[in-house]
Amino acid sequence: MRVKNKTNRHIYWNPYFGGFLLGILIIFTFYITGRGLGASGAMKSGVVTIVDAVTHSHATDNDYYKQFISEDKSSMNNWLVFETLGVIIGAFISGGLSGRIGLRVQHSPKITSKRRLAFALGGGLLFGLGAQIARGCTSGAALSGMAVLSTGGFITMLAIFGTGYLVAYFFRKNWI
Amino acid sequence: MGPLIPNGIIPAEWDSIIALLIGLVFGFVLEASGFSSSRKLAGVFYGYDFAVLKVFFTAALVSLIGLYYMDYLGYVDITQMYVHPTYLWGAIIGGAIMGVGFVAGGFCPGTSLCAVAIGKVDAIVYVVGIMIGVLIFSELFSFFQPLYEGSFMGNITLVDSFDINPYWFIFIFTVLAIGIFALSDKIRASVKKVFY
Repeated sequence: MRVKNKTNRHIYWNPYFGGFLLGILIIFTFYITGRGLGASGAMKSGVVTIVDAVTHSHATDNDYYKQFISEDKSSMNNWLVFETLGVIIGAFISGGLSGRIGLRVQHSPKITSKRRLAFALGGGLLFGLGAQIARGCTSGAALSGMAVLSTGGFITMLAIFGTGYLVAYFFRKNWI
Repeated sequence: MGPLIPNGIIPAEWDSIIALLIGLVFGFVLEASGFSSSRKLAGVFYGYDFAVLKVFFTAALVSLIGLYYMDYLGYVDITQMYVHPTYLWGAIIGGAIMGVGFVAGGFCPGTSLCAVAIGKVDAIVYVVGIMIGVLIFSELFSFFQPLYEGSFMGNITLVDSFDINPYWFIFIFTVLAIGIFALSDKIRASVKKVFY
């Protein structure tokens, strides 16, 4: 069993099957809550909570933070934060069942792990910034937007993938 | 008739528990589809792995067809759904910045969380990066505010923007996606294999 797990570690679901289940989940989410899925929202709540804890007056003076701070409940008490906790637990279960859990830096053999981490930090920074400007990331704006034909959702999707293909050449050493 | 929580059929107290359960399935499906691997995700931009394209567009189509079908059958009122608002330039510029971040870092926020859950150190660094990005945006909010709040067009759908029939649009979009899936398999066969 152990050997089988090792050789099958990188065997994933058929992408159409995964996509189908994800689509069903989005229908279910809209049916129950009237809204879609999200991911970057919880990280924003995290940042707001940290800034608010470090310097409350600064957070309430800032026009952006103050939208997410209320006096009677924590900024961590929202739908997306609970959903994101679920994402982490769900991914942990899936990874655990397939023997994929382990502390490591994944990168192409052509680059060092230091380089990988530097690009991961920079990429994350850009994604976090872009997700605030567009009011959502691939999950919240693009995928959940497309499910209800949101014009903004389609534009964000085209902008993410279009730019990705445009700049892919400059980052090729990191991946191929 | 759905949506159930806004219409009071399921009490709002269940909100957080349902959120946790929906997230659990979301995370499981993403991880099982291989989205905890940045090298698999980045494959879509280099043609050696099209899992992102297939999962993403299959999910978009299934949910689109399903929601409109449920609306047609009267199980759900599509006009009550939350439509992501359109801020034209925010969506274009924000999306472009995210595109660069995607290729540079190899994750998007949801997939990076899945990778954090199985112990990828690069994903942990990526999430820290996202939080720094959010911090920069918030601290420089007065600079980004015109872009963030400008060119607002409302919570519009493609039906409002282009005056198209949604059913025809979904049909054409589906045919187009099947064509793209077939094309992606052709491209993959001609691109040098990358092992990861």
